[in-house]
Formats: sequence, structure tokens, C-alpha cells
Amino acid sequence: MKTRVRIRVDPIACDGRGLCAELLPELISLDDWGYPIIRDVDVPAELVREALEVVRVCPKLALRLEAIRQS
Amino acid sequence: MTSGLQSLDRDNFAAVSRPEAPAGLPRLLGGLLAGPTSLSEHIVRYGRLPSLGSDRSPSRALIELVDRSGLRGRGGASFPTALKLAAVAGQQGSAIVVGNGTEGEPASSKDKVLLARSPHLVLDGAVVAARAVGAAEAIIVCHPAVRELVDLAIRERRKAEIDSVRLRAVNAAERFVAGEASAVVHWLERGIPTPTRTPPRLAERGLHGRPTLVQNVETLAHLALIARYGASWYREVGTDAESGSMLVTLLGAVHRPGVYEVAIGTRISEVLGEGGGAVGKPQALLLGGYFGSWVGYDEAVERPFSHAGLAQLGAGPGAGLLAVLPCDACGLVETARVARYLASESAGQCGPCVFGLPALAGELESLASGRPFDRARLERWLGQVDGRGACRHPDGVVRMVRSALVVFGAELERHGRGRCCAPRTTEILPVPGAVR
Repeated sequence: MKTRVRIRVDPIACDGRGLCAELLPELISLDDWGYPIIRDVDVPAELVREALEVVRVCPKLALRLEAIRQS
Repeated sequence: MTSGLQSLDRDNFAAVSRPEAPAGLPRLLGGLLAGPTSLSEHIVRYGRLPSLGSDRSPSRALIELVDRSGLRGRGGASFPTALKLAAVAGQQGSAIVVGNGTEGEPASSKDKVLLARSPHLVLDGAVVAARAVGAAEAIIVCHPAVRELVDLAIRERRKAEIDSVRLRAVNAAERFVAGEASAVVHWLERGIPTPTRTPPRLAERGLHGRPTLVQNVETLAHLALIARYGASWYREVGTDAESGSMLVTLLGAVHRPGVYEVAIGTRISEVLGEGGGAVGKPQALLLGGYFGSWVGYDEAVERPFSHAGLAQLGAGPGAGLLAVLPCDACGLVETARVARYLASESAGQCGPCVFGLPALAGELESLASGRPFDRARLERWLGQVDGRGACRHPDGVVRMVRSALVVFGAELERHGRGRCCAPRTTEILPVPGAVR
């Protein structure tokens, strides 16, 4: 079975720089104060590479990919 | 003797003679004396704790006993206590128990009253919890107002040499968010009373990296009774799904505001009756706490005070607060004032909470004072704040505000036309100090 992954944000570490929403608007938007809202869906296979890139470039290292446990 | 203790006996827990188990209520706040119960009075009333053995490994029998009792946490989240105990007991490393008596909620007094009147019941419970998870040490974090009384009780126990678990008391930080479990641990560890991110869970890596059980002090007091009288005795009070009694804080338009003990599932009218009943004809109730829900008085008053009884109204018993809003006060004014207070009590760590809560409070203040306000924007902000913090602080505010917009819908329209129904300016819901 394929691994399902989601993007998670550590809201304490996040500073609202907004880079993530710019790079991955398919999954990340910003609230009225500039903080990322992550869509409540698994990362689709075609966006996994972009998701990894977003995690890597976050200046506050506030993002990570989390594997969802299969039930 | 109950089935629970028989099962403990099989695991070599010595049964000791003790007074009759209390029938009915009160269980926790018994005694005719208003002052703190001394150790000798405590033992006359409840007897000694049964010997829980001196073994330092977790006690599966004790956790099973708690499971059969159906006990759920009394700090507000109502999590099954046995699951929490098992999560800590299952870890490697030296576990520690933290009794949480922070009670940062300004409207609630039940933990302070419990610690002031029955400190030994809480301390017994800390010992039981420690034995269940295999801890040698328990810390009671208590509101400064009752710290001395708890210290006194601990000294009595040391002198009597009754405990195999090391007990000590620490002052809680006096802030709203300070009572959140990870904030309590953060406070103990570094003197900073703010929540920390999860994972790791406290059960895995809590205080100084140790497996940590953080349990509300009232929950500990119930544990002390379950260890003595067993699971079926515990279930004699309350409902099948929600067993036992709970402490409630009554405030607002009741004749005798204060802390009372009721069976879970007692009708709200009877709960208010403990405090002499409502004054006049109230319009609404805030149930659970400042993270709770407003409900219309008429639709709620004959419902059972329990999760099952209140779920249909979108409310719950939370940490046992029942605030009664009289007919001459304005629910929107109360809500705006509490929202501003809760915004000022943000730990200041997560953007949506730091910026979103003051924005919400500002919008509500406009609404409360009859200035123009933007309903669509308010709804959008509620959605953008909900679930966006490291802790549940923003979620709790959203829940309370959303319920206000429903329950005070008619008042909201009047405010839209620049009017307010309330002649009263007295504050029903207390907020400490001057709020920005």
C-alpha cells in the first residue's frame, strides 16, 4: 500500500513568512494575518516533490511531512 | 467489599478495615467543617488508603479498577482516566505524576475549594495515580491561594510516614492558559506557563523528558475514593456512561453562588437548586467554562448536566462551570468582555491566536456597543482561528463566541439597529484585572 502523507505546520515555530503558500498554492493558503492554512487532504502523488521542497525551504523550519498510519 | 477491591486483593493488595463507604453525596466535599480537613479527620471519615504495595512497577490491577469505575478527567476534556494511566504506565523510564490544580479559569473555584477543604483526598489520589503508573514522585501544582494548606497537609503526612510516594506542592502560574497540561509541565520545567507543541506527548516525554501523568486534582480525589471503595461503589452515582459525582461552580444569577458536588446527569434545575435556585427568570446559561457554550435557559434547564444530556445543545459540562445570565444583562456584552480577556490571555505563540483573537474581540466589542460590525468577516475569522493553535485556546474562544451568536441571535439584531435590551451594566462573568 502506498504511504499517505500530509503537510503539518508547527504553529509555534511558524512566523507567517508565507513562502509555503506561494510555492504550493494547491495545498496552502494564507489567513487574513498571513499564516498558512493547510488543506485537510493527503498530499497527492504528483505534488509530493513540491511538498518536500516547501518543507525544506521554510525559513522557520515550521513544516514537516507526516505519514498517516494506515488503519 | 466491592468487586473492584476483590480483584485488587488477588494481586496482594492488603485489604484494611475502614469506615463504611459514603452512601450518596457528598463524596468529596464531605464533613461539617468548613475549614481544611486534617489528616486525622480525613482518616476518621474515609479510613486509610488500602495498601497498594511497595512495588515500583506500574499496577495493571489498579488501572483495570479505574477502567471499571468509568472515571473520566474532571479538568474539562473528560478523557477516560484509565487510558491516560495506561499510556504513562506503558512507557520506559521513571514516570512522574503532576496534580493539576492551576484552575486558571477566573470563573471557576472548584479546584481551589477542593484543595482547601479536602487536601488529603487529592494527595491520596496522587499516591494512587503514582502507584498505577509506577511513579515514585508526585507534584501538586496549586493555586497560590491554597498552597499553604496543601503544604500543611503534606507535612502532616510526612510526620505520620504514611506515603511511599514523594509528594510536594508548587505554586501554579496565575494565567488562563497555564492550566493546559503541556503549559503546566513547561511551567514546572522552565518557569514559562505556555503550552508546548505536540508531539511528543507528555505521556511519552513530559517533565524533564520523563513519562508524565498530568491529572486534574479533582480527578485525583475521585481516584482516592475508587481505590478505597471500588468500581461498583463508584458507579452508584452518576449515569452508566458518565459515572460518579462532579464539582460544579455556580455563579451569576443564583441565590448562593459557590462550589457544590452533584451526581453527573443531575438536571440543571436541581444543580442550580444546590445554590438556592436561579434569581428571577434567567435568559441563558454559560455551561462548562469560558471555553464552553451559551445555551438558552428554557431549553437547557430541565436537561441532565452531562455530556449526553447537553450534546444536543452543542454544550457539555466541561470543568463544571454554570454561569447564570439574568434577563437584564446583555449576553453580547458579556461575550465581548470575555473574548477580550481570552485574547489578552493568549500565550502569544501562534499567529492565528495572537492576531485572530484580538480581531475577533474587536469585532464583538463593536457589536456589543451597537457600532457597525461585519457579520461575514466575524464568521470568516472564527473559521480561520478554529483549530489553528498549538493548544486548544483559540478553539475554545471560537466555540464560546459561536454559541453566543446563536443564543443571542435576537439581541444581535437589536444591536444591529443600535439598541440593547440590557439595563444592567454589572458584570456577570468575572475577568481579572484591567483588560486592554
